[in-house]
Amino acid sequence: MKPRSKRLLLVGGAVALLVGAVALVLTAFQQNLVFFHTPTEVAEGKAPAGRTFRVGGMVEQGSVKRDADGLTVQFAITDTAKVIPVSYRGTLPDLFQEGKGAVVQGTLEPDGLFRASEVLAKHDENYMPIEAQYAVDQAQKAAQTVQH
Amino acid sequence: MMKEKLSRSTEPKSWLRFSAPQMFYPLAGKMAPWFAAVAAVLGVVGLYIGLFVAPTDFQQGEVYRVIFIHVPAAWMSMFVYLVMAFWSAVGLVMNTRLSFMMAKALAPTGAMFCFVALWTGALWGKPTWGTYWVWDARLTSQLLLMFLYLGFMALTAAIEDPRRSDRAGALIALVGAVNVPIIYFSVSWWNTLHQGASVSLTKAPSMASTMLAGMLLMAFAAWAYTIAVTLWRVRSLILERERHTEWVGHELDAQEGRA
Repeated sequence: MKPRSKRLLLVGGAVALLVGAVALVLTAFQQNLVFFHTPTEVAEGKAPAGRTFRVGGMVEQGSVKRDADGLTVQFAITDTAKVIPVSYRGTLPDLFQEGKGAVVQGTLEPDGLFRASEVLAKHDENYMPIEAQYAVDQAQKAAQTVQH
Repeated sequence: MMKEKLSRSTEPKSWLRFSAPQMFYPLAGKMAPWFAAVAAVLGVVGLYIGLFVAPTDFQQGEVYRVIFIHVPAAWMSMFVYLVMAFWSAVGLVMNTRLSFMMAKALAPTGAMFCFVALWTGALWGKPTWGTYWVWDARLTSQLLLMFLYLGFMALTAAIEDPRRSDRAGALIALVGAVNVPIIYFSVSWWNTLHQGASVSLTKAPSMASTMLAGMLLMAFAAWAYTIAVTLWRVRSLILERERHTEWVGHELDAQEGRA
């Protein structure tokens, strides 16, 4: 074997081994690499109880209610299968909206209420002009009126 | 072995002759200004489309315009690292000096793009997510890439002997390359705060076409810029490494004569 092919095998083999090792490590730490849990996972008891963790999902339509003090907000996070009620005291990010993604950090109370200490808006990968969004809304409204 | 080398030297038309630093030096000098010009034109057109022509986003408003810098910079930071790893592997296998110089010349530009991606991302994150930084898989692996670039540059600069310096750098480049697919796929493998890819090879882009056009133009500008700067940088690396040779002496005399 030519020394050059030997070196190619050596470098290729080393890189392949390394990729394998990293893949194994990442699979082993799968749970720890997750930034947030879904409401379904929380309902199944997969989220760490008694510790601070994050829940991510959609802010349920019509669920956002502000308390009289003007600072505390109640809303619900859903992944369309399960719903988690959230209570949060503080300012919300600009992009926080009903029907949009959000990630909340806090602890789960025994009664099932999630007490959030931080709320982040999760943006999706769609970018479009305002006019296009308006057209989409109109089309959806039209479709709904046809159904009713 | 000897015969192989002889047959190659009698075949001057092969493009492999440019793997000799002495041959590549003038070629790089000829190509670099063209790529720089292309980068300037694409950059101006891309920024114009991005800042003046592209419509306001329905959700984020004007703040989304950071993508015209952020996304090309992030793409480039990952791609440049893969190219560095490629040249390092070629250098280790073929024992070509120029390959290592290419890897070394790419590193500062990759690091610059990596920093720009992290920095613009933080500035965008505050108004959009509500925070400058979170330790999710995408952001953390991109920060690791920054450290890999800095580590590569520090290590290669710290070792005096060029041969050992090249080999040590090649090791970081190859090992760190494993991180690049992790950065890219992190948003689909794990739950992250960072959104998924809007543009990929496997699906139609989820983005208005003028926005996409501006972003792609900026991405091509970043490519051309990277090629131009790398060629210029590799030229000075060649002069530095080959300073004891006769041709560098002639070259420097000629340059002084022109000046």
